[in-house]
Amino acid sequence: MNKDILICGVGGQGTVLASKLIASAATSCGETVHSAETIGMAQRGGSVTSHVRIGREAFSPLIPSGSADLVLAFEPAEAVRNLRYLKTDGMVLCSSVPVKPTTESLSDTGYDGTEMLAYLQGKCRCLIIDAQSLCAPFGSSQYFNVAILGAAVGAGVLGLDAESMLQEMERKIPAKFIENNIAAFRAGMQIGEAYGIK
Amino acid sequence: MKREYVMGNGAIALGALAAGVNVVSGYPGTPSSEIIETISKYPQQGLHLEWSVNEKAAMEVAASAAYAGARTLVTMKQVGLNVASDPLMSLAYVGVKGGMVIVAADDPGPISSQTEQDTRMFAQYCRIPVFDPSSPEEAYRMIQDAFVYSEKYHTPVLFRPTTRICHAYASIEVPEQFGVHTYEGFVKDSGRWVIFPRLSYANHAMIEKRNPQIGKDFSSYAPNHFTGKGPKAVFASGVSYAYAKEYLKQYPDIRLCQIATPHPFPEQLALACLEGVEEVLCIEELSPYVETQLLQLIGAHQLSVRVYGKLTGHAASSGENSADSVAQALSGFLGTAPADAGLDLSDMPALPLRPPVLCAGCPHRASFYAVKKAMQGKKSYFCGDIGCYTLGNAMPLDMVDTCLCMGAGITMAQGLHWVDPQASCFAFVGDSTFFASGMTGVVNALYNEADMTLCVLDNSTTAMTGHQPHPGTGRNMMGNVVDKISIENTLAGMGVKKILTVDPLNLDAAVTAVQECAAEPGVKAIIFQSPCIAISKPTGKMQISEKCIQCKKCIRETGCPALITIDGKVSIDESLCTGCGLCSQICPVGAIQ
Ligand code: SF4
Ligand code: SF4
Repeated sequence: MNKDILICGVGGQGTVLASKLIASAATSCGETVHSAETIGMAQRGGSVTSHVRIGREAFSPLIPSGSADLVLAFEPAEAVRNLRYLKTDGMVLCSSVPVKPTTESLSDTGYDGTEMLAYLQGKCRCLIIDAQSLCAPFGSSQYFNVAILGAAVGAGVLGLDAESMLQEMERKIPAKFIENNIAAFRAGMQIGEAYGIK
Repeated sequence: MKREYVMGNGAIALGALAAGVNVVSGYPGTPSSEIIETISKYPQQGLHLEWSVNEKAAMEVAASAAYAGARTLVTMKQVGLNVASDPLMSLAYVGVKGGMVIVAADDPGPISSQTEQDTRMFAQYCRIPVFDPSSPEEAYRMIQDAFVYSEKYHTPVLFRPTTRICHAYASIEVPEQFGVHTYEGFVKDSGRWVIFPRLSYANHAMIEKRNPQIGKDFSSYAPNHFTGKGPKAVFASGVSYAYAKEYLKQYPDIRLCQIATPHPFPEQLALACLEGVEEVLCIEELSPYVETQLLQLIGAHQLSVRVYGKLTGHAASSGENSADSVAQALSGFLGTAPADAGLDLSDMPALPLRPPVLCAGCPHRASFYAVKKAMQGKKSYFCGDIGCYTLGNAMPLDMVDTCLCMGAGITMAQGLHWVDPQASCFAFVGDSTFFASGMTGVVNALYNEADMTLCVLDNSTTAMTGHQPHPGTGRNMMGNVVDKISIENTLAGMGVKKILTVDPLNLDAAVTAVQECAAEPGVKAIIFQSPCIAISKPTGKMQISEKCIQCKKCIRETGCPALITIDGKVSIDESLCTGCGLCSQICPVGAIQ
C-alpha cells in the first residue's frame, strides 16, 4: 500500500494521537510508515499538522503538494490551509466546527468557518462532519480525533480496517477513557459508512 | 532485536545507547530536547545522564569524561553550540580518547530559533568531522559510526540533524538490551590534557594533516554515495537528499550524490561523481556549504563544471527546503516536468492567522500585566529573554522591547540604563534561563553599579521546550530528588539587597512590589512565583455574571485566549480557563467570579 495522509488542526485538538494511531496500526499490518509532527512554539494555539506516509515509496518526511490521498481536518480553515497537499482525486474529511484564532476576541475578524466549508465543498470530494453533535454524547470535543478516524474507516478511505484501528486504540489509550473512545470511533464509522453508501 | 517506531530524536538516543554511551549531557532546545528525554527512559548501570545548567557546562562534563576513555554524548540546539563554542574550539585542539559526539540540531526556517546558522560551517571552523543524516533510520546507524570515527581519530565529532529529521518518525530495529562501553579511566598526562600554546601549535599542524586523511576515509563511508549517470549531477545533504530522492524516483538515472559527512569533505567521492559531469545543482539548507566545497574542488582540479545552487539563485538562499521547493529547483535544472501541484487554489479565501500566544491562565501574563500597570505613564524599558515569555511581546501586553539570546535581557537592561539613566530598566528572565546564563549578568550589574529591576518569572520548569527539570526544581535526570537551588538565596548571596517574592496572580501585591522596587536605586529583584499551568492543576473556572457591562476591559487588557465573545457578548471558554483570576481582578464591576 502507498498512502499519504495529512492530519491538520489547531494545537491542543489531539491530532498527534490520531497520527500515532494510524502509524502504529499500519506498522502492525506490516507496512513501512514514516510520519512527522509539528512540535514547539506552534503547539500553543497555532496551526499544527501531522504527515503520515505509508509505503516504501515515501522518502521525504513531509508529503509533497498534490500527493495526499486523504486530509483529516479538525478545523475548516486548517483544511483549506492544507488543501494544497491533496491529490486532485483525494478526499477531505473535515470537522464543521470552527476554532477562532486565540487573538479573535481582540481583532474580531468575524471568522466562523462557513466560507471555508463552502470552499472545500466546491473544490474536492469531502465529508463534512458535525463534530459538535457527534461528540456531544461524550461531553468533550477531545473525542473527535478517534471519531474522524472512524469516519475514514467507515468511508473506506483510510486503507486500514476497523479491527486494526480498534486494537491500536486499546493499546494506546488509557483504560478509563477507552470506552468513550471506542463509542466515538463507532459513531464516526456510521457517518463514514453512510457517506460511502451515497 | 525489536522494532520501535520512534521520533528522529529517539533514533539518535537509541543509537547512542546501542553504542554503549557512558555519559550524556545537554541543555534543552527545540528541536533537540527529546534525545535526552528518550535516554532517560532507558536507565543503564554505568550511564550518567544530566540536563546541564547550560551547553557550555554540558560540553565540559562530556569532554573530561571522554578524556578518560568514556563514550560521551552532548545534545543542544544550534544556538546552544554558540554557548558551548568556547570549550569546543579548544577541545578540537586537545582531542579526546573515548568517542565524543556532539549533537547540535539545526533549525532551518527558522521554526523556533533566533538564527539560521549552519553547524556544518561550525565543524569546518573547528576543523572537526560532522555527520549529516538524511532520515531517522540513517541517524540511528550514523550516530553509532560517529562514535567509531571519534575514537579512530581521537577527536570530538559533530552530528547535526535538522528539525525534519529530529521530529520525523520511522521504525528502526534496536537491540533488546543495551550495555555500556568499558573504558580505561583518566590517565594523567599534562602534555595531552592541558592546553598550552605549544600544544595548540603542534596539534594544529597535526589536525591539518589529519583532516584530508579523514576526507579520504569518508569517501568510502557508505552513506556518502552516488547513483545514476549523465552530464548533470545533483548533490544534496541532510533532509534535502530525501526531498531530492522523492522527486527523482521518477528519474532513477539522474546522477544524485549524498554528502553525509560535509566536513572533512569526501573529495575523492565527489571527484568520482563529477566524472563526465557538465553541470551540478546543490540542494542543501542554510549555508551554501556543499556548493562552496564543490567550487573549490572544481577550481583546484581545473574541471569544467558549472555549479548551481544558493550562490547562483537556483536554490533559495534562506529558509527551509521542502519536497516542493526541491522538486521545483530540480525540474528547472533538469528540464523535467514540474511535480504535480494538485488542485488549483488561486481563489482561496483569506485564512485566519494563528499566532502563538501565552496560554490561558499563564502566570507570565499576570507578571507582565503587573509591571505594565505599575509603570504606567513612567518611562520604562522592558528587556525580554528566550522562553515562552518572549510571547509577552504580543498585543495587548506589548511588554518585550528587546530579545536577543539566552540571558541577554539582564545585561541589555544595564546598557539601556547607561544611555538613559532617567528610564526604569527591567529585565524579564525565566527560572531555567536564569540558571543557564542569567547569573553572570546580575553580578555584572552589581559590580558596575547599574540601576535595574530584575523580574524572574519563576514557573518551576523549562516550559518552552517541553517542561524539563532544572536546578530550581529539585529533580534531576538520574531520577533523583535533590536540594532545590533557591533563586532568592542565589541573588542574596551575590549581594542583591532588595528581593521581593510575589504571586503574580495576586495583582495588587504584585503591582505594589514592582512600584516599591522601581522607586529604589541599584539592583533589585522581584521573583514572580507561580507554576506553569501545564504542570499544575487548574484551581477552577471563572464565570461572567449578568453584572457585566460589556466594556471588554478584560479582553483588551489581558488578551487571555479563554476570554471570548459569543454574539458580541463577553464570555469565558471553560475548556481553556484555568481560573487564574487575573481577569476578575481587572473587571471594573466585579462581574467575573
Ligand atoms: S481566570 Fe480569566 S485570565 Fe485567567 S484563565 Fe480564566 S479567563 Fe483567562
Ligand atoms: S471587564 Fe468585566 S464588565 Fe468589562 S467586559 Fe469584561 S467582564 Fe464585562
